[in-house]
Amino acid sequence: MRAIGIILAGGNNDRLGQLTSSRATSAMPIASCYRTIDFPLSNMTNSGVTKVAVITQFNSRSLHDHLTSSKWWDFGRKQGGLFVFTPFLSNDNSFWFRGTADSIYQNISFLKRSKEPYVIIASGDCVYKMDYNKLLDHHIAKEADITIACKTLTGEDVRQYGVMDLNSEGRVIDFEEKPVEPTSSTISLGIYVISRTLLIKMLEAISAEGRYDFVKDIIIRYRKKIKIHAWEYNGYWKSINSTKSYFDTNMDFLKADVRYKFIKEYPYIATKPKDQSPVKYNHTAVTVDSLVGSGSILNGYVEHSVLFRRVVTGENSRITNCILLEGVFIGKNCVIENAIFDKEVILPDNKTIIGEPGKPIMITKNDAL
Amino acid sequence: MQKKILAMLLAGGQGSRLGILTSNIAKPAVAFGGKYKIIDFAMSNCINSGIDTVGVLTQYQPLSLNRHIGIGIPWDLDKKNGGVTVLAPHVKGGESGEWYSGTANAIYQNIDYINSYNPEYVLILSGDHIYKMDYSIMLDDHIKKGSHATIAVLEVTIEEASRFGIMNTNPDGSIYEFEEKPKEPKSNLASMGIYIFNWSNLKEALIRDSKIHLDSDFGKHIIPAMLEEGLKLNAFKFDSYWKDVGTIESYWAANMELIKTLPDFNLYEDFWQIYTNSEHQPPVYTSHTSDIKTSLLSEGCEVYGKVYNSVLGPDVFVDEGAFVKDSIIMQGCVIGKGTHINRAIVDEYAKIGGNTVIGQGENLPNEDYPSYYDTGITVIGAISVVPDDVVIGKNCVILGTTSIGNYPNGILQSGKSIMIQEAVL
Repeated sequence: MRAIGIILAGGNNDRLGQLTSSRATSAMPIASCYRTIDFPLSNMTNSGVTKVAVITQFNSRSLHDHLTSSKWWDFGRKQGGLFVFTPFLSNDNSFWFRGTADSIYQNISFLKRSKEPYVIIASGDCVYKMDYNKLLDHHIAKEADITIACKTLTGEDVRQYGVMDLNSEGRVIDFEEKPVEPTSSTISLGIYVISRTLLIKMLEAISAEGRYDFVKDIIIRYRKKIKIHAWEYNGYWKSINSTKSYFDTNMDFLKADVRYKFIKEYPYIATKPKDQSPVKYNHTAVTVDSLVGSGSILNGYVEHSVLFRRVVTGENSRITNCILLEGVFIGKNCVIENAIFDKEVILPDNKTIIGEPGKPIMITKNDAL
Repeated sequence: MQKKILAMLLAGGQGSRLGILTSNIAKPAVAFGGKYKIIDFAMSNCINSGIDTVGVLTQYQPLSLNRHIGIGIPWDLDKKNGGVTVLAPHVKGGESGEWYSGTANAIYQNIDYINSYNPEYVLILSGDHIYKMDYSIMLDDHIKKGSHATIAVLEVTIEEASRFGIMNTNPDGSIYEFEEKPKEPKSNLASMGIYIFNWSNLKEALIRDSKIHLDSDFGKHIIPAMLEEGLKLNAFKFDSYWKDVGTIESYWAANMELIKTLPDFNLYEDFWQIYTNSEHQPPVYTSHTSDIKTSLLSEGCEVYGKVYNSVLGPDVFVDEGAFVKDSIIMQGCVIGKGTHINRAIVDEYAKIGGNTVIGQGENLPNEDYPSYYDTGITVIGAISVVPDDVVIGKNCVILGTTSIGNYPNGILQSGKSIMIQEAVL
């Protein structure tokens, strides 16, 4: 294999509020049965990458729980495999990861012990389906030092992303993180390819200077010295960086084209199997324009919603425009609209919870219901 | 390496009364309850009972079974020591090989496999039944009573008893007589085909019987021989859900039982989960035009039409205006626009065209196999194709890629069959 993979799953995101108070952004549940990290992990395996390191820091329990075996994504066991790295103590180091580059630097032996010539770096909190070989082929053809997957967003606010200026050959001539005045609409998708030896060299160099961030201290700082190219990706890509994007991304799966792309088109997105029973529709159940995860038992009315696994809806309840995570129980005669229910929330009978359209209300286990 | 107990799972039977459902796969590989295969229940019972060494004996059409079992990952049976081993009939050194000619003969032919684990006890199972059972309780009973063999039994009505192998027991549960399908049953304890033997006793009995009966069978030969010898055989009563889905009608009825609000067989409890091999497990999507009542829908189904009182396997597509009622639709089937299906079983990956009607007409038994298809259920075989705009009656059988030319005036009368074998191969 030409490349090893690194998935940066360390981030936490305050803008996701209580949903990430107990889980990493990379472990956010998506489309009834996936977690965000399933997308980059599946992209890796579907691109033929057999050795992948997941680097994590915040609230890693939910992620560890998900990444119990390399089997679910068909990674190698003797050749390659799935490695999960968290911060650790050693004689000469007792730091948490101080930045994205530092998190790789602290696990540099993974890079040094590998033999593959290239490294594909992806973040763990984006939903997309990409053949990394195309990125890698572009990187090799352009003889670039680093190649960044990018996307041109039209009619969207790009101020929350890394914005790049490219020259006519596609070389990155400028890069600004979360610009106040964006100079272009081409954003970095946070997916990079770089040769393994160059990555080792650069990580050692910046670390010696006390610099720790991959974007700021490698890409932006070195953009003139080394050849950084961009490769345009045109498919579906969403970053789970706010409650709104989380809600919208889930709802996107109600659209046939998005759903088919991820669920019906080979190669599939793989996830840890849970072997729940088929969805049970009792005689009062109605679900229109909705996704339902396995193991659910339905008695109520559900419209334009995404239900995860093992959800139970009571008779005479109306659920509209909602996301109900795994194990949510909705009693009888409830009305809920524009809401996100966290895992295992139990809503007693006869309750009404209504959020604003476009601004879903978040209900967690700690809320008094 | 020694195992206290290992399981031998008999999965080689055809189950011919399931008609075309088993024309290309063995009965244990037939789908059940939407996403499961019949063998999943016995396999899951093993791992849930703490038995991590399972030999699966295959013979009839093993491909789909082999693929399903693989190295046992879905059941956590991919083990370094033990795990699942598929045991097919094989040629033995110097002699020519032979097929498994009976239940006990199959075990006899795999004595080497069992010996390699040197177990104290051997559990014999059949891959044909739907049930949840803790074999460790049965083993405890076996050990506590100091039995040489323990046979799981189920109380049936006395009328049903003449269809089963019946154990006649003393009040303490010890067996004094075994009768195969007795005309005048003395007891109502039916053998479930689940046995625990001390391996030393079983091995001896198998070797001895192999010289007497070429089709050595547990019920007919081994158990009576052990009783004659004066060994201690005890019955172990099981009093929960157990189904042998041996016929089209019983298979259909057992599936339909699962859609009741409170079914007798609960697939929705976390304890004693049933595991299965599924490629991927995406959610179910139902559109604005869908209408689903009292049904089970497995992963990846896309429903735009009506589904009432039915069981759908994974990745079934039901187009707009279609109406599926009282039916079993297995994995990967496509039901075309405006098609009505009533009381039918549609096997895996079949494609049903648009504006077709299935299951309409008089209830005449099938002309070719009246004993298999006589309860009004029409069966469409795996990977078959049914064209647009045809009307198909009751008790019909369709196998293969059919086109409008196969249906005189666009109609297949009740009880008629179309079998185009090549299409399936």
